[in-house]
Amino acid sequence: MTYANAVLQGVFLGGLYALFACGLSLIFGVMRIINLAHGDLAVLGAFLVWSLTTHLGAGPFVALIPALPVMLIVGYLLHRTVLARSLRGGPLTPLLTTFGLAIVVQNALLQAYSPDVRSLGGAAGGIATGSWRLTDQISLSYLGVLILATAVLVLGGLHLLLRRTAFGREMRATAQDPDTAALVGVPASSVYAKATAIAVATATLAGVFLAVRSTFDASSGPTQLIFAFEAVVIGGLGSLWGTLWGGMVLGVAQTIGATIDPQYSILAGHLVFLIVLASPRGRSLFAFRREATA
Amino acid sequence: MSERWTVIRSGTPTRISASVLVVVGIAMFGVPFAFRTDIVQQLTTLCTLLIMAMMWNVLAGYGGLVSVGQQAFIGFGAYATIFLTQRDVPAYLAIVLAAVASGILAIALAPLLLRLRGGQFAVGTWVVAEALALLVALDEELGGGTGVSLRGLNAITPDWRRAYTYWLTLAFTLLLLTLVFLLLRRRSGAAIRAIRDDEEAAASLGVRVKPLKFMLFVLAGFGCGAAGALTLANTLFIQPQSIFGVQWSAYMLFMVLVGGIGTYEGPILGAILFFLLQDWFAQYGAWYLIGLGVVAIAFALFLPRGLWSLADDRLPFRLLPVGYALRPAR
Repeated sequence: MTYANAVLQGVFLGGLYALFACGLSLIFGVMRIINLAHGDLAVLGAFLVWSLTTHLGAGPFVALIPALPVMLIVGYLLHRTVLARSLRGGPLTPLLTTFGLAIVVQNALLQAYSPDVRSLGGAAGGIATGSWRLTDQISLSYLGVLILATAVLVLGGLHLLLRRTAFGREMRATAQDPDTAALVGVPASSVYAKATAIAVATATLAGVFLAVRSTFDASSGPTQLIFAFEAVVIGGLGSLWGTLWGGMVLGVAQTIGATIDPQYSILAGHLVFLIVLASPRGRSLFAFRREATA
Repeated sequence: MSERWTVIRSGTPTRISASVLVVVGIAMFGVPFAFRTDIVQQLTTLCTLLIMAMMWNVLAGYGGLVSVGQQAFIGFGAYATIFLTQRDVPAYLAIVLAAVASGILAIALAPLLLRLRGGQFAVGTWVVAEALALLVALDEELGGGTGVSLRGLNAITPDWRRAYTYWLTLAFTLLLLTLVFLLLRRRSGAAIRAIRDDEEAAASLGVRVKPLKFMLFVLAGFGCGAAGALTLANTLFIQPQSIFGVQWSAYMLFMVLVGGIGTYEGPILGAILFFLLQDWFAQYGAWYLIGLGVVAIAFALFLPRGLWSLADDRLPFRLLPVGYALRPAR
């Protein structure tokens, strides 16, 4: 029964990882780069919401309403100032600059907010602690359900955006061939900047859910980036719904590992990731790259 | 036209500068006899930083493999040294064996990691480093999460211990400098630089990209393992969080980007600069790291060939003859 509970909790944890991963997946799908600062941007968003809740006394979900537009702008400016230039420098430059950016954001947060561990769980009130008890050993937390529902909504929304809207068509065109897209009047840099803005906003959402669910500090970013990346790879690069399954596989691996011994939790996730990489299917997962964002 | 130009390895100035560098390298062995022990220890740190910068440059600069996980090998080298000394292997022999073991780890990981490209390789190596750090922290014999000291060096008086460690570090540094030099001088050098400039184009011209990348990855694993083991010998105490920490990758990135990525001399310059910066500014903590990050981004965007390119474009000769030059025939 504890294992059944572990699987269930892992599935809900997977919702959080999928939320972290979808921004990473979007940027990779559209621009072919991995944003190494993704986790730190999520934590930046969480700190922004934390500041809003402490200064305004609002709950974290209310504070998200002003925070998300701010982070959209942050993402847009991030592309306009740093990423656009680094994309012109060849395939390695975006990696170098985003890693540099990760160091800057992380240490700036450390400087501004001290290394203290914080949580938004208290400010969120009953939703962070309440749960439905299904049986003696299995319970469903409100928050887990909310996170998973949000993840499905965000992924579904992104899917519809990419498939059904003019902007989505522009993004897919740019992902396939930026030069040809530019020829027919779709400027790549503008599409890239909007995609980065969306990715940073989803990262903020994920960062806030992480902060409500457990704790966070200035150095939480890299771990979340790694989990997000693992979810993306397990689910298949460039596939949005795959990201959700990948997140769930990772979440279940971690909760089952934790059931055996809490020390094994994260290690079990890494092992599943490495097994996926080592498996023959690991190769074909990357073959989907051409159909990115499909 | 053709008889009026000739392709040469090196002219007289290059030969002189190369000879001077070799003499300086050998003369460095005399430092413990002439200077205080704290200077010897500082130079050991500089040499380990130089090894790391050189190895990261071999990967990213020549192989196009940006790794954020070379700390996997740094930590593995350090902990392999601990593991061996716990089994009564003499400490300095253990360091050499640990470096070799790191090379073997690289051979084992290569099939897994080298199928990844670009950012996937970067994060893939990082996951390996995190997994190794967690595994080490689980092992109580290796000190668990609280850290472990290197025993077996206590029998030697501190002055001699620092001198021995320095000599071994210098020997590794010169060995790796020579290896990379030979790699670039031989036929493989042209192939490696072709991969650096354009992997697809190089492959289409018949360069065997995979074996060369494998070689670079294993060399970098060996070198970083040595650097980790030597860091342990220099500090005598390690913790899994710090020796497997991603800050090593940040340092390597900084040294190579500022010095000059994809050049032989750049990482040497970068390591010396970073060493001095660390000495002056490390006390500022987070601000120091913010500065490092900003400078690294600025170099990646505005001076991608690093500081060395400024000197290289102006010098009429090369410090070391790793390439070819066109000169008018006499």
